[in-house]
Amino acid sequence: MRRSIRYLSQGRVIEVADFDPTTTLLDHLRLDRRRTGTKEGCNEGDCGACTVALGRLVDGRLVYEPVTACIRLLGTVDGCEVVTVEDLAEGGRLHPIQRALVDLHGSQCGFCTPGIVMSLFTLYATPGPVDREAVIDRLSGNLCRCTGYRPIVAAALEACAARPGQLPDDLFAAAAAETRLALAALDDGEEVFIGDEGRFFAAPRRFDTLGGILAACPDATLVAGATDVGLWINKAGRDLPRLVHLGRLDGLDRVEERGDEIVLGAAVTLEEAGRVLGRLDPDIALLFRRIAGVQVRASGTIGGNIANGSPIGDTPPLLIALGASIELVRPGHVRRLPLEDFFIAYGRQDRAHDEILTRIFVPRPRANHALRVFKIAKRHDQDISAVLGALRLALDDTIIAEARLAFGGMAGTPKRADGAEAALVGASIADPASWRPALDALRADFTPLSDLRASADYRTEAAVGLLGKALVEIAGTPTTRTRVVGAREEASHGRDL
Amino acid sequence: MDATSDGTPRPDAPTTVVGRASPHESAHLHVTGAAAYIDDLPEPAGTLQVVPGWCRTAARGRILRLDLDRVRAAPGVVAVLTAADVPAVNDCSPSVGGDPVLAVNEVRYHGQPIFAVAAETRAAARRAARLAVIEVEEEKPAVTVADALDRGTDVLPPYAFAKGDADAAIAAAPHLLHDGFMIGGQEHFYLETQIALAVPGDGDVVRIFASTQHPTEVSHVAARVLGLPEAAVPCECRRMGGGFGGKESQATQWAVIAALVAGVTGRPAKIRLDRDDDMMMTGKRHDFRVDWSAGFDDSGRLAGVEVDFFARCGHSADLSQGVVDRTMFHADNAYDYPAARIASRRLMTDTVSATAYRGFGGPQGMVFAERMMDAIAIRLGIDPLDVRRANFYPDHAAAAHGVTPYGQVVDDGILAALVDRLETTSDYRARAAAIDAFNRSSPVLKKGIALTPVKFGISFTLAHLNQAGALVHVYSDGSVSVNHGGTEMGQGLMTKVAQVVAEAFGLPLATVRVTATATDKVPNTAPTAASSGSDLNGWAALRAAETIRGRLAETAARLLGGEVDAVRFADARVWSAGRSLSFADVAREAHRARLSLSSTGFYATPGITWDRDAAHGRPFFYFAYGASCSEVVIDTFTGETRVTRVDILHDAGRSLNPAIDIGQIEGGFVQGMGWLTAEELVWDDHGRLLTHAPSTYKIPTAHDVPEDFRVALWEGEARVETIHRSKAVGEPPFMLAISVHSAILRALASLAPGRLPALDVPATPEAILKAVKALRHPEGSP
Repeated sequence: MRRSIRYLSQGRVIEVADFDPTTTLLDHLRLDRRRTGTKEGCNEGDCGACTVALGRLVDGRLVYEPVTACIRLLGTVDGCEVVTVEDLAEGGRLHPIQRALVDLHGSQCGFCTPGIVMSLFTLYATPGPVDREAVIDRLSGNLCRCTGYRPIVAAALEACAARPGQLPDDLFAAAAAETRLALAALDDGEEVFIGDEGRFFAAPRRFDTLGGILAACPDATLVAGATDVGLWINKAGRDLPRLVHLGRLDGLDRVEERGDEIVLGAAVTLEEAGRVLGRLDPDIALLFRRIAGVQVRASGTIGGNIANGSPIGDTPPLLIALGASIELVRPGHVRRLPLEDFFIAYGRQDRAHDEILTRIFVPRPRANHALRVFKIAKRHDQDISAVLGALRLALDDTIIAEARLAFGGMAGTPKRADGAEAALVGASIADPASWRPALDALRADFTPLSDLRASADYRTEAAVGLLGKALVEIAGTPTTRTRVVGAREEASHGRDL
Repeated sequence: MDATSDGTPRPDAPTTVVGRASPHESAHLHVTGAAAYIDDLPEPAGTLQVVPGWCRTAARGRILRLDLDRVRAAPGVVAVLTAADVPAVNDCSPSVGGDPVLAVNEVRYHGQPIFAVAAETRAAARRAARLAVIEVEEEKPAVTVADALDRGTDVLPPYAFAKGDADAAIAAAPHLLHDGFMIGGQEHFYLETQIALAVPGDGDVVRIFASTQHPTEVSHVAARVLGLPEAAVPCECRRMGGGFGGKESQATQWAVIAALVAGVTGRPAKIRLDRDDDMMMTGKRHDFRVDWSAGFDDSGRLAGVEVDFFARCGHSADLSQGVVDRTMFHADNAYDYPAARIASRRLMTDTVSATAYRGFGGPQGMVFAERMMDAIAIRLGIDPLDVRRANFYPDHAAAAHGVTPYGQVVDDGILAALVDRLETTSDYRARAAAIDAFNRSSPVLKKGIALTPVKFGISFTLAHLNQAGALVHVYSDGSVSVNHGGTEMGQGLMTKVAQVVAEAFGLPLATVRVTATATDKVPNTAPTAASSGSDLNGWAALRAAETIRGRLAETAARLLGGEVDAVRFADARVWSAGRSLSFADVAREAHRARLSLSSTGFYATPGITWDRDAAHGRPFFYFAYGASCSEVVIDTFTGETRVTRVDILHDAGRSLNPAIDIGQIEGGFVQGMGWLTAEELVWDDHGRLLTHAPSTYKIPTAHDVPEDFRVALWEGEARVETIHRSKAVGEPPFMLAISVHSAILRALASLAPGRLPALDVPATPEAILKAVKALRHPEGSP
């Protein structure tokens, strides 16, 4: 057991032995280390001004991902390289991303700029082609109120296009071999425990260690990416004296691609889950692209998105439509249940306090399945859904043999539209008149709430619109004629990023 | 060439520093994280962290009990201040009063600060602030325009101006339209929240470092609150992380709270608002209800216009007089109303006081004018651009000029020519025809296109603000520092002023250092607002530089021979009689000759008059112009929308820095687009703002900006003597985004030709779907 965390910064190992469990990476950088280049804009992971890059070894490769330091708990960067905006320039020589931002007038007030530099640094550091869409995706978690983004996008494209052989050419690429060694040396397999029984940050590796902690401290808070727990700390002012980080549990971040299903460990990040599941369908890829920003997807986990129990989490309706099930584990007991049964009511899930969500089993769509996923929000990128519809039809020639219509934002939990599903079975995809009963039934399936994101009326109308749109599309209308964004024919969203 | 045969620069040589697309003076610091904002400054030992405390439940009511014992007893707390700790006047209003620094006796809006906690750490202060026990005798708050009209309370008296007999003109016109619609507010969402650091100095001095567009007001109000002379509370600001009007009057309260804590405790004190607190506690763009009538002929030419603006001002006046006046000044936008009655009410609601925001009320006036143009076109079944064109003020070369409803002759017009150019370069007509064809064959998606103009008056309408001071030093090594009353919030003001000074001395830009705005260097300054920063401070700095340049010219003529008037400054050298010395040598010699190399400069905008009581005058030195053409596609099943192409042609006069001006245009447009399409402020019935964080209030992201975004500067120059004949550019481009709203309206109108879609601002997916439903299923139809 290690009583400290260690991370790499500018080639040196920084060891922190004494910190409060709720300490964020941002406060550590700004207050403890006086590295003030990284800014606090919102303190909830939404504006990206605090973006830093985390370097990790993934299958032996050195990978840099952006994260929002304001909601990233310090304890969870153990074993990573932490790169901040101060680290990029060498002497007086700017990093190519910085150079391009200066030359193309990509900063005005400059407050968002360090975060934008760091997001784009991670893009620059990732080998391969970079097009406009990749830049915009990488910037989806960075808000700029001054520039209108055009020069920032141009700078990113220019700097990335100048990479020889589409490979990064900077300090970090030059030091990659040393960095890999240094990171490998930090990975000692130890479990981490900082503090005492009353107040601690723990990062167990073994399930029995975790079981022991939870038996001793039933009120401990389980945390994975902290993309929600970070808000409890920063915004709700909640004191969380006992934090157990699940991200280091052995095997919990594993992905298994089987013949008829994909099995995701609960600690697989949303970014990684999106890469894997996105290959199944372009709508799935686009949905994941629209969950938060890259920074939050790189921290947040698929298990957290489910276990959190939010009625507006984006992955549960999709997974329900796909027929996914989940595995819950407690010492000496393993059970599996359909995901839709996990959500009992608003704020209530079928999980005992000592049960851990470990795996998600996602059946691959079959040849006769037609899938459509739509997310409606005020803003296309990085917004919380007003309505999310994930609709899977099984077709027997033109006849709808089965319908799984799962919605988010329409009830206290992610929920299927039972009435509309029943009404669709037996309808013909070739006969729009036969759809009408299902469209009418959908109105009766839900009694959504009005809130700041949308009124109940709008939610109902939009849900009906989404079912109608799915039917029109599956019946053969090109999606270039039915969508303002995300046409399936353009299919670039489905590619491997 | 630009030089004569002996190498002396020609007197009429083109500028070499002014007019160049130089990067922002802080760009290197921005990208490396080295640009220091207030929260990044090294804190003096013992600095206290201050957090405001407020009642989390009630928006309005008498305070029955304020128990701060648990706050005072909390770990790390050093002081808890209430209004009782204010030594002099408990008011931080920028205008007529009514803005207590800390609330006394009553709560007037949700989030109003009642006390301030100062602790050793920010975390300790935040935790302690939640421990207060506050009981309020809650009253039902007036939240909306309708609530305020029902209650009948105003923060300031109604105001109106008129031209001719609008009522009669409308009645006599062949066509008549009545309409009413709502315009939403807007959160500034500067990335750096409100912040200030106050440091005690000699005796009673408190030096305030604040993120403010108006250091003089911070100093002035802090003096009033603390009972000190202004000279004892200097305020300094090097840069802000964005302002947009939100730090014009409403940065003051926080700076004053920090100064108060510093005064009471004798320790340095810093206050930085958490994002949610900032969004709840600071004012936003005014939202409006607009009711209007217009009479017009078959071509769409207006006969008369009547419009009533009902502005939701919040609990106090703040800057609402000027803001709503500017709404009225821009209710004509680019259009010559033969007769008009333009009226306004400034309604009091139990919400945070609405304040300055880029455009300062102007955008709301223009949204009305453009909606009226669209409505007329839809009614007549003709292209909206033709209606707009039929109503433009004549260009400057025309035989007769138009007169605004407030009596200013529009003698510098260029819009007819500018719009002609944009109509061609944007291929407006062909695209409009293609869109009509698309819409006929597309049941789900509908497209729209619109080309809208902007005419924006430049000058503070409060005349005495149209002044500026500057202070320029030339050091004996030839380096230069410049200081002026303007503040840097990202708009590039410091860069432009440095360019003006470098040009005056014939120096490369890098030789000129810009320094933090400070009221003990240049006093009695105007806010950096109304797009006036470079107009005012550029002139003041130039005058200071010219004074010093005259002394350097004397020195050069003495050393080199020749006439003083013929001395030229270029390429870091000073030329006289066909010979030259380096600028640094001349500076050193001037110093040895005991000449002052430091000078102030002062500028007051000439020729502006405005008699508010008579509602007549020439409030604006000139107008800035521009036009934009936007194309959108909407989804009639969900209300989702996308802007697919934007073409802009904007008039920045003879641009001081085209890169910075284009940055203002693009950034202003996107911010305007956010206001018009996505940014929605939602209050509940209890007067609580529900959208108080970026998770719930959605400003544009990179995705929302069209890939096809073509921005060009109009090649022209100011017709009045502005600094290097440039034009102000901070606010006008914001209103170019109105073309997006008009394009959405046109897409909707394709669903039911001849009927005006009911579409408020912002056109969110929900608002669009509602309009779709109303058009497809009009009331009474199945």
